[in-house]
Amino acid sequence: MALDTVLIAQANPDAAQPFAELGLKPDEYARIKEILGRRPTSSELAMYSVMWSEHCSYKSSKIHLKQFGEKAVKSDALLVGIGENAGVVDVGQGYAVTFKIESHNHPSFIEPYQGAATGVGGIVRDILTMGARPIAIMDPLRFGPADAPDTRRVLPGVIAGVGGYGNCLGLPNIGGEVVFDQTYLGNPLVNALCVGVMKHSDIKLAKAAGAGNLVVLYGAKTGGDGIGGVSVLASETFESKGPAKRPAVQVGDPFVEKVLIECSLEIFAEDLVVGIQDLGGAGLSCATSELASGGSGGMKVQLDKVPLRDPSLSPEEILMSESQERMCAIVAPENVARFLEICAKWDVTATVIGEVTDGNHLEITFNGELIVDVPPRTVAHDGPVYNRPLAKPAYIDEAAQQVVNPPLPVTAAEIRETILTVASTPNLADKSWVTDQYDRYVQGNTIQSQPDDSGMVRIDEKSHLGVAVATDANANWSYLNPYEGAKLALAEAARNIATAGAKPLAVTNCLNFGSPEDPGVMWQFAETVRGLADGALEMGLPITGGNVSFYNQTGDVAILPTPVIGVLGVIQDVRTRTPMSFKEAGLELYLLGATDSNLSGTEWAYLHNMRGGTAPIADLAKEMRLIDLLLEARPLFGAAHDLSQGGLASTLIEMVLRFNVGAKIEIANPGISLLSETPGRVLIAIKSGEVAQLLALAAKYKIEAAKIGITGGSALDINDSSIGLDELRKSHTETFKKLFG
Amino acid sequence: MAKIVVDVMLKPEILDPQGKAVAAALPRLGFSFATDVRQGKRFEITIDGEPTAAQLAEVETAAEKLLSNPVIENFTVRVEK
Repeated sequence: MALDTVLIAQANPDAAQPFAELGLKPDEYARIKEILGRRPTSSELAMYSVMWSEHCSYKSSKIHLKQFGEKAVKSDALLVGIGENAGVVDVGQGYAVTFKIESHNHPSFIEPYQGAATGVGGIVRDILTMGARPIAIMDPLRFGPADAPDTRRVLPGVIAGVGGYGNCLGLPNIGGEVVFDQTYLGNPLVNALCVGVMKHSDIKLAKAAGAGNLVVLYGAKTGGDGIGGVSVLASETFESKGPAKRPAVQVGDPFVEKVLIECSLEIFAEDLVVGIQDLGGAGLSCATSELASGGSGGMKVQLDKVPLRDPSLSPEEILMSESQERMCAIVAPENVARFLEICAKWDVTATVIGEVTDGNHLEITFNGELIVDVPPRTVAHDGPVYNRPLAKPAYIDEAAQQVVNPPLPVTAAEIRETILTVASTPNLADKSWVTDQYDRYVQGNTIQSQPDDSGMVRIDEKSHLGVAVATDANANWSYLNPYEGAKLALAEAARNIATAGAKPLAVTNCLNFGSPEDPGVMWQFAETVRGLADGALEMGLPITGGNVSFYNQTGDVAILPTPVIGVLGVIQDVRTRTPMSFKEAGLELYLLGATDSNLSGTEWAYLHNMRGGTAPIADLAKEMRLIDLLLEARPLFGAAHDLSQGGLASTLIEMVLRFNVGAKIEIANPGISLLSETPGRVLIAIKSGEVAQLLALAAKYKIEAAKIGITGGSALDINDSSIGLDELRKSHTETFKKLFG
Repeated sequence: MAKIVVDVMLKPEILDPQGKAVAAALPRLGFSFATDVRQGKRFEITIDGEPTAAQLAEVETAAEKLLSNPVIENFTVRVEK
């Protein structure tokens, strides 16, 4: 292909261009021509197409996401808010923490190992870009039915990819989720969260200020990885027929990323950069246009200086390549020598590829010929915005009419059988088969990880200051009522943080949905965003950023609306945390919060193929009182564990198996008591002598507290039924080994 | 008895971290000949008698389904005398 330059574009304005194949609509193409006053060159077309794709431009979601800013709580804890690579939160003692979740769903379906691995790599670089040292990762995952053949292809690859990349980086994986549902069969969800820590003064931003400053590309060389991957992979639905648009898969090299992290942190420590951006989706197109528009807008780049792994790449391909482990920095001329010296020390390739100018155009040349000349804001920020039609899907009202009345256990034999079923069903079974493939304790600061309610890491070894992170989504409730579903997921994540004794501080999110061109899906999305924005405002938690993944569907079937909500909290001394289970006999078990008989959206209903009903209505004021109670009463607790999917049954199973200490439970109405998933409940273990104090605090915060049993023994006894812990453990731990082992 | 050899290589456009590591190690040990190294894997499959066309087709299918990952790798099948 001959080089298409700005001069040629001016001389030959009517040449036909493959905008539709690149995913641009005719009106979008017309808009580009209007911006430029001419047809775009092929390189410009490549840049616009990839930056204006759904994945990069948020064109369908922007109009709704605005609420996160409009309804935002004023929080002194928020040092950097939405818009940068990741939000930054003040956690005290001069420390700041940054965290973010992103999706890597579509690449992980095509090539599970590399898709998941590069998902981890990408989110780690986002955190690094803020100036922080990455300290932990988490992975909320969703797959098709556990016994489906394709799940057997995708799940082991994804798990190995997450583990392979994270373990090589030396980052502990401190939690996540593994959930199965039919709708994820052709669209597994691979979300990756990273947490990083820094001092306040170390925060870095993506801006290219100061004419004369140089643009330095450093890290791995550029190859043909995932060319157009972002626009093609993330914006088009998989079709079962037709030629697959399969671009080259990105392959990650975690050892290069590890070196890149250390090299970057040394560069940051010497304060050698003005602005910095990682190269993720849309590669150089994204990095150059975002850096330039973060500054005054002027930048000149010589594309032929980019070091290539594959010398046959065309300029369009270089701009779109998603080769991993690359960063782009803006460096003052007097600091460049030292910058390059540090890169040389770490054996990291670093090349000056351009400079910041005092103009307002991003100009890119290739062998001296001008091939891109655009106002960078039009590429990076002023993309199309769609107010897509939305309509409440018909299924919502139909589902609300359905009676959800799965059979409930009454006799001792039925209770026994129910507990064993809950213990072994894939969604609730022990996930050690997965998490044992991840390094959970590397660096020696992991305080909690799977199977605890939240992940917790120490960030200061002297003061024992720590942070806790939890991610939650309840797609069944979001399906029935996306507005309440988002609030309930937020409340659950915050509760999981508080259960261990940490104070919730900030929220991030990864919103996984079907096609935005389907008004029903768009309605689910709009309701979810409204619910999350309202919920965060009511709970006083700032939303620090997030990620939207659309087009998660196969044919006409969209995934369940799956907003994964992450909450970060702080604990002053990790040694004072509340463990999730008890090690001693004779503690009293108290259930905090009330249980109602609605079984809609529960795991028990799902096991009986009942998907209808009405979701619970989130009572966030009560959730906040419960959180306050958990934090104030923490010194009294021997253990505390959240009730969520699988209800009290699942909570009891996890608690007795954790340290192999049984419990004797006496409950009225065992079916509802064990299987209801009423939100806002926590089971705690407490010494008899401290019960009076607990009850006084519970009364102060207006939270119900009821004794349901006592710890001890080598069995889980519920009323007249009894299951030995060995039998229960076998049932709980065998599922994954049988399915995937 | 015959030996069927299946060579599996990463596609040329796919990053090969192992090959890159070898390429970087060679000059450190004083070998200056290489401009690039790519590393693959080789399967040697032994069968009774001379392979028939049908058997070779079966090996091709097995190579596609099990021995290689066709998303990121290419393979070749040949009979070694």
